[in-house]
Amino acid sequence: MYAQMIKSTGKTVKSLDEMDPQERAFQERIDAGGKIEPRDWMPEGYRKTLIRQIGQHAHSEIVGQLPEGNWITRAPTLERKAILLAKVQDEAGHGLYLYCAAETLGVSRDDLTRDLLSGKMKYSSIFNYPTLTWADMGAVGWLVDGAAIMNQVPLQRTSYGPYARAMVRICKEESFHQRQGFDIMMKMASGTEAQRKMAQDALNRFWYPSLMMFGPSDENSVHSAQNMAWKIKMNTNDELRQKFVDQTVPQAEYLGLTVPDAHLKWNEERGHYDFSEPDWEEFFDVLNGNGPCSKERLEARNKAWDDGAWVRDGLMAHAEKKKARKLAAE
Amino acid sequence: MSDPLFEFLCRMGDNTLVLGHRVSEWCGTAPVLEEDIALANTALDLIGQTTLWLNLAGEVEGRGRDADALAFRRDVWDFRNLFLVEQPNGDFGQTMMRQFLFDSWHRLYLTGLTESSDARISAIAEKSLKEVSYHLDRATDTVIGLGDGTEESHARMQAALDRLWPFVGEMFAGDAVDAALARQGTAPDPAKLRSGFDEQVGKVLAEATLVRPDSDFAHKGGKTGTRHSEHLGHMLAQMQWLQRAYPDATW
Amino acid sequence: MQNEWPLWEVFIRGQHGLSHRHVGSLHAADAEGAIKNARDVYTRRNEGVSIWVVEASAIAASSPDEKGPLYEPSNDKIYRHPTFYDIPDDAGAM
Ligand SMILES: [Fe+2]
Ligand SMILES: [Fe+2]
Ligand SMILES: [Fe+2]
Repeated sequence: MYAQMIKSTGKTVKSLDEMDPQERAFQERIDAGGKIEPRDWMPEGYRKTLIRQIGQHAHSEIVGQLPEGNWITRAPTLERKAILLAKVQDEAGHGLYLYCAAETLGVSRDDLTRDLLSGKMKYSSIFNYPTLTWADMGAVGWLVDGAAIMNQVPLQRTSYGPYARAMVRICKEESFHQRQGFDIMMKMASGTEAQRKMAQDALNRFWYPSLMMFGPSDENSVHSAQNMAWKIKMNTNDELRQKFVDQTVPQAEYLGLTVPDAHLKWNEERGHYDFSEPDWEEFFDVLNGNGPCSKERLEARNKAWDDGAWVRDGLMAHAEKKKARKLAAE
Repeated sequence: MSDPLFEFLCRMGDNTLVLGHRVSEWCGTAPVLEEDIALANTALDLIGQTTLWLNLAGEVEGRGRDADALAFRRDVWDFRNLFLVEQPNGDFGQTMMRQFLFDSWHRLYLTGLTESSDARISAIAEKSLKEVSYHLDRATDTVIGLGDGTEESHARMQAALDRLWPFVGEMFAGDAVDAALARQGTAPDPAKLRSGFDEQVGKVLAEATLVRPDSDFAHKGGKTGTRHSEHLGHMLAQMQWLQRAYPDATW
Repeated sequence: MQNEWPLWEVFIRGQHGLSHRHVGSLHAADAEGAIKNARDVYTRRNEGVSIWVVEASAIAASSPDEKGPLYEPSNDKIYRHPTFYDIPDDAGAM
């Protein structure tokens, strides 16, 4: 997902009896569906894991601007240009809300940014894939935002108050993202031969990377179990992936496009589609910085940060001068 | 001379089209997230204004062209935007200085247009004016903040001003189209707006501790379409590529 | 220079809102910048008509331990809530 492979602390999940009274009260509050707020007591592992997860989620929104930003100057109509720009702008907003949520846990946005830029912190693997044609704008909105929404909707109920509130706002804004993507796909799939070809090609390229967004199976992962006990992870990766496939396949059929999976078929017994796993070796390569666009994405973020330093410093210096002048005048 | 009204509408629409495009180039790479979001708002406003102006241009022309046809299917010589707006983004300072100079003119011109004898024009001007006043507010704060910021930010803003100043004069240079529209009460005479511009810009530059360049040399040819810069062709190559490569497609 | 812009809390009163509501936070060099940033970040969908910003460090908050004493006394004053009263339907809308 936007936060993939989030490591938690501890070897096993403690039971309530093993906890001291403070931690037990904390866990009971979560079990009862209560929210943890910034000034409440929390286990150090909860805080650290949240910073990692929210930070990674924020970084994904920010880096996620780039593959779609790649097409804003080439959008084919004024309306498409405006829609795409508004959509990518929303993603910047999502990054901003999430950084703010992380900041309530005692890190600064600049700290998190530096960890992203140095490669210490990760962002979602999906944004390391290139956007090659206009149909990719459709595929990204339809599949990538679609997958993200699947994960973000349950996170509105996450245990950490600021994170949950950020997710509520984000989900509200996300509602048009997937639809605008599908809308592009509809136009392309029913368009000229060249457009249909672009649409199918986009689906071919984005299908497996979208499945990878949910991360490898974590049914037996201790990290995952702990994060679920803390309600900072709400579903297993496989659950969400299955849900995504079940939702998306009929949409592809509606578009008249073929999902690039020879083994895909409806399983009457399970009431779900059977489908092929993505290439997890590729996933780990991408995660380790060897995605097709990994270098470019980080370079772009680093350049923006470095080029902007004089602006951030300049405006801050002016604000300080102004404050000093005001004080002197009083 | 082709129909002055059509010319005028293309000038308005091409200014916002080209500047909106330029500003949208910042998407995802601004100095700070808040600026990224603000720049996108500016670009979105300008794209919206483009649609209004160019749709009206197409309507006035009466040859069945809409805003998209005008934006994506004309070549360089048909563009009527000011030289200033096609200038490359440069650094953030140059982008904001360009925005500030353009907005300062744009606000005055739109204010005049709200009194236009043509109700379609005054309606677009009214809507645009609200947006542009905010753009100007924001650009003004940025020019002052960076001009009066650090030594480096000051130097960069002065360099931006020096670089862009030769494009200011064109905004106030009237021609036969302007004269015809002024006569009909459709649009204000741009030359008359210069003193208001100088006063407002002068105040801001003083607060920004920036020095207005001595020379009033002005490049000309953008709004009449007689001579654009090389930059415009590259911008159009990118902007119009899909429409040109797949002329039968609808998007 | 390595100093990060301060954090501001943003409060917005919407079209139909009666009072300002906390909507989130952002960074800005000063208050004027914070208001403008708030306009761009938090009113993109026509959410607001009036914006307040407060530097986050200037906000004093109740500590979580006080949660009981601060809020519980009002818990039993259920008579303050309209649903406390059983009004027969034939009495009309109220
Ligand atoms: Fe998002
Ligand atoms: Fe999205
Ligand atoms: Fe997203």
